[in-house]
Amino acid sequence: MNINLTIIGQIIAFAFFVVFCMKYVWPPLTDALAERKKKIADGLDAADRAHRDLKLAQEKAVSDMRASKEEAAAIIEQANKRANQIVDEAKEKAREEAERLVAAAQAEIDQEANRAKEALRAQVAALAVAGAEKILEASVDESAHAQLVEKLAAEL
Amino acid sequence: MASEMTSQAYISHHLTNWTLGVHPENGLSFAATAQEASEMGFWAIHVDTMLWSVVLGLLFTWFFRKVAKTATSGVPGSAQNFVETIIEFVEDNVSSIFHYKNALIAPLALTIFVWIFLMNAMDLVPVDWIPFLTQKIGEAFGADPHHVYMKVVPTTDVNATLGMALAVFGLIVYYSIKMKGLGGFLGELAFQPLGKMFLPFNLFLEVVGLLAKPISLALRLFGNMYAGEMIFILIALMPFWAQWVLSVPWAIFHILVITLQAFIFMVLTIVYLAMSHEHH
Repeated sequence: MNINLTIIGQIIAFAFFVVFCMKYVWPPLTDALAERKKKIADGLDAADRAHRDLKLAQEKAVSDMRASKEEAAAIIEQANKRANQIVDEAKEKAREEAERLVAAAQAEIDQEANRAKEALRAQVAALAVAGAEKILEASVDESAHAQLVEKLAAEL
Repeated sequence: MASEMTSQAYISHHLTNWTLGVHPENGLSFAATAQEASEMGFWAIHVDTMLWSVVLGLLFTWFFRKVAKTATSGVPGSAQNFVETIIEFVEDNVSSIFHYKNALIAPLALTIFVWIFLMNAMDLVPVDWIPFLTQKIGEAFGADPHHVYMKVVPTTDVNATLGMALAVFGLIVYYSIKMKGLGGFLGELAFQPLGKMFLPFNLFLEVVGLLAKPISLALRLFGNMYAGEMIFILIALMPFWAQWVLSVPWAIFHILVITLQAFIFMVLTIVYLAMSHEHH
């Protein structure tokens, strides 16, 4: 157990290893550790934020859904109303058209009937005259009896 | 091994360092005997202690540097995971004891812990393997195998532990003076704990306390490792078929001792340096 130069050698070796460790070993490793710590903290932060965002988005989605449901209901209601209105309008129009057609037909019928009556009257007058002629077998003065015939025809 | 020589010769052979130095008669030479080594006095160097401590120190710096170069803040690999565990262990200890800003303390603590652990761990290599191999190599180079010494555990050499302890002592004195000024440092030595009236007493007490720090650091580590190595050597004297009965439990127990001693050296270094930063 001699104390000798080895002690100096050991001090030098020790100093070398400590300095090397301080310059080239410790900083990169602790930097990596610190950086990882920061990354983890950031990650947790981001997760928290995402969680909050998700909650907000869910709330927004629910309220949006409710709003759009209400809107849709309103639209449907309006559409129903409009449809009823259109149906009513169409009914009204159809009724008017029908009345108009009926009226026109009625007028035409009346006109036809009048015309037929006129024709019939004329023919009946002629027939009556002819019949009377035959019955009387005498020539009746048409002009003299025209007044009578016409009277007869008007009564038909 | 043990059968070739007496037990005493075997033990003293195992406890002698491979010494290179200036011998009064032989000049610059390797010491052939323990007596020659002590005759060389201060101007000698323990080649085995230096060799193994530097090799283990380089192993430590190489491995940690390799991991540090590729250190990522993403998912760490297994080597980085291992190194980070040690780093965080050391950092926890430093931050719980040392509350000042100093970039040196943590790397210093890491170096002390890992380096001393590795040097202590050489204790677990069976005591005869490396010395036997070295003797064979020495023989091949024409040396007398009885004069080839190889002590593989650097921390069983008081020079190694005292060297580190003195380096720590230097830092204690340096930071004491840096933080408190030369006057403050000397004042603490002279005027505490009993005030100005008892200056010589204070000075004596404080100087002894200051010097006790490196001495206790060095001798605690040295004593533990020397004793542990000694017991391994004594176990090696037993018949080879009976050795495991004692050597296995002792080696398992020693795993605890080598870690604990490295840890104690580290923690005390941090404590002493924290004290040197404190104003009393």
